[in-house]
Amino acid sequence: MTLVTQSVMRERFYATAAELLDVHDRLAIVIAEIGGSALVAAKSRHPHRVINVGIREQLMVGVAGGLALAGLRPIAHSYAPFVIERPFEMLKLDLGHQDAGAVLVSVGASYDSAASGRTHQSPEDVALVAALPGWRIFVPGHADEADLLLRAAAADNDRVYLRLAEQSNAAPRPIAPGHLHVERRGRDATVIAVGPLLDPVLEATADLDVTLLYATTVRPFDRAGLRAAAPRKNVILVEPYLAGTSSSEVDTALIDTPHRLLALGVPNTEFRHYGKWHEHNAAHGLDPAGIRARVLSFLGT
Amino acid sequence: MIAPVSILGYADLGRLMDLQLGDEKHRPSATSTLDVIWVLYDRVLRVAPERTTDPDRDRFLLSKGHGPMAYYAVLAAKGFMDVDTLRSFGRYDSPLGHHPDRNLVAGIEISSGSLGHGLGLAVGLCLGLRARQSPARVFCLVGDAELEEGSNHEAIAYAGRTGLDRLVCVVVDNRSSSLGWPGGLTSRFAIEGWSTATVDGRDHDGLERAFKAEHPRRPHAVVAEVEPKS
Repeated sequence: MTLVTQSVMRERFYATAAELLDVHDRLAIVIAEIGGSALVAAKSRHPHRVINVGIREQLMVGVAGGLALAGLRPIAHSYAPFVIERPFEMLKLDLGHQDAGAVLVSVGASYDSAASGRTHQSPEDVALVAALPGWRIFVPGHADEADLLLRAAAADNDRVYLRLAEQSNAAPRPIAPGHLHVERRGRDATVIAVGPLLDPVLEATADLDVTLLYATTVRPFDRAGLRAAAPRKNVILVEPYLAGTSSSEVDTALIDTPHRLLALGVPNTEFRHYGKWHEHNAAHGLDPAGIRARVLSFLGT
Repeated sequence: MIAPVSILGYADLGRLMDLQLGDEKHRPSATSTLDVIWVLYDRVLRVAPERTTDPDRDRFLLSKGHGPMAYYAVLAAKGFMDVDTLRSFGRYDSPLGHHPDRNLVAGIEISSGSLGHGLGLAVGLCLGLRARQSPARVFCLVGDAELEEGSNHEAIAYAGRTGLDRLVCVVVDNRSSSLGWPGGLTSRFAIEGWSTATVDGRDHDGLERAFKAEHPRRPHAVVAEVEPKS
């Protein structure tokens, strides 16, 4: 089993954000304490564009909205529960309803900080953001991909959610924002692996004759890319957050293609365990063995 | 026949509000803000219908989006919209809802209606304008009951302690907060470092003086007292 444990996506984010601040005079970063120590040097160079509002997450997103209304390109950053769940109405109104753009960058993923318990776990975040109109949602599986997606988001004016994770694939793929990447082609099933679950899915399906698609943009979902991949009757979606978050997207893309769908992800339960993220993956069947067992069962082999 | 824009004034506002018929339930909220919004647009704000996209215009944010009839009436009187548009208030195809939407009317700075959002946006606007070295000021109108929303206090604390001197918060106080504000509304701002003033919300000269008061290196809170809601 390949198990790459690193928080390099987060460190890469701070470095790239600081670099972008130097070259992009409309860019601003808003934080609510988390990340402050990593942005000290950037703040000293750009005191008016690195803004720490203290532990005030509603204000963090409201400020992002106001910055956008003033013509800036804000990045708001925190742990996923605190940048998505706590200020959710601010995402809806201070950004979406104003038609203001912003880039929200989270760390923590579904349970990177598993030992912190439920308060710091956020497997619902992508489903929540996906419930709002007009958001692009990026789920990179490697720090290089996170870097590419951050730069793409910073250069635009829309609403973007970039979800960083400790879990990482061993190597980046040549991704393009908005598009599925075809990892390999096969005949028995089409498997869609999202972000950092690519490597576990690769390991789980190594000896299976399946098409493997890799998603790092999950909204808007690349429906055309899925159709172009000549999907098989059996479709398997493997997501590192709430199971089924993109099921309706797959079904809509394949509306005229008879198919059956297995959606793997984090179950919607109050899961009262601590430990490490890979222990939670194993508990939820999102490690290579768990994925393989359910794929084989689904395929009847 | 409604008079041309150039001669519409305060005396016309009642008639302009009456054009906005329908089942609007926030009339007390609307009339409570009438004089404050009129004084801002007539004497204070550096705004004009032909400058709605000027990055250096002043911004007025109606955080308390409830009862926007007075707001729409003032905008019509000042030429930001046709007077006839007021007659469509609340209709399916109207740009004028019971809560305003900035994407439907040029000159409306924020979409509001859910309480407790305007001040956070105002703080962000001030920070953005400062980063762009703009001289623009931001005036944000909240209600005394709206301040019950905790999000306001995140903004009040931050703005006060960081000295956002381009920010003015106008609290229209019609005593609709069910639990009240022991110690007075201004104390909630003053303790965070704001300059404060309390004025009669129907006294145009008093409002103008309060809005134009100097408040170097501090944001300014003006509590405009009007008759109780009921």
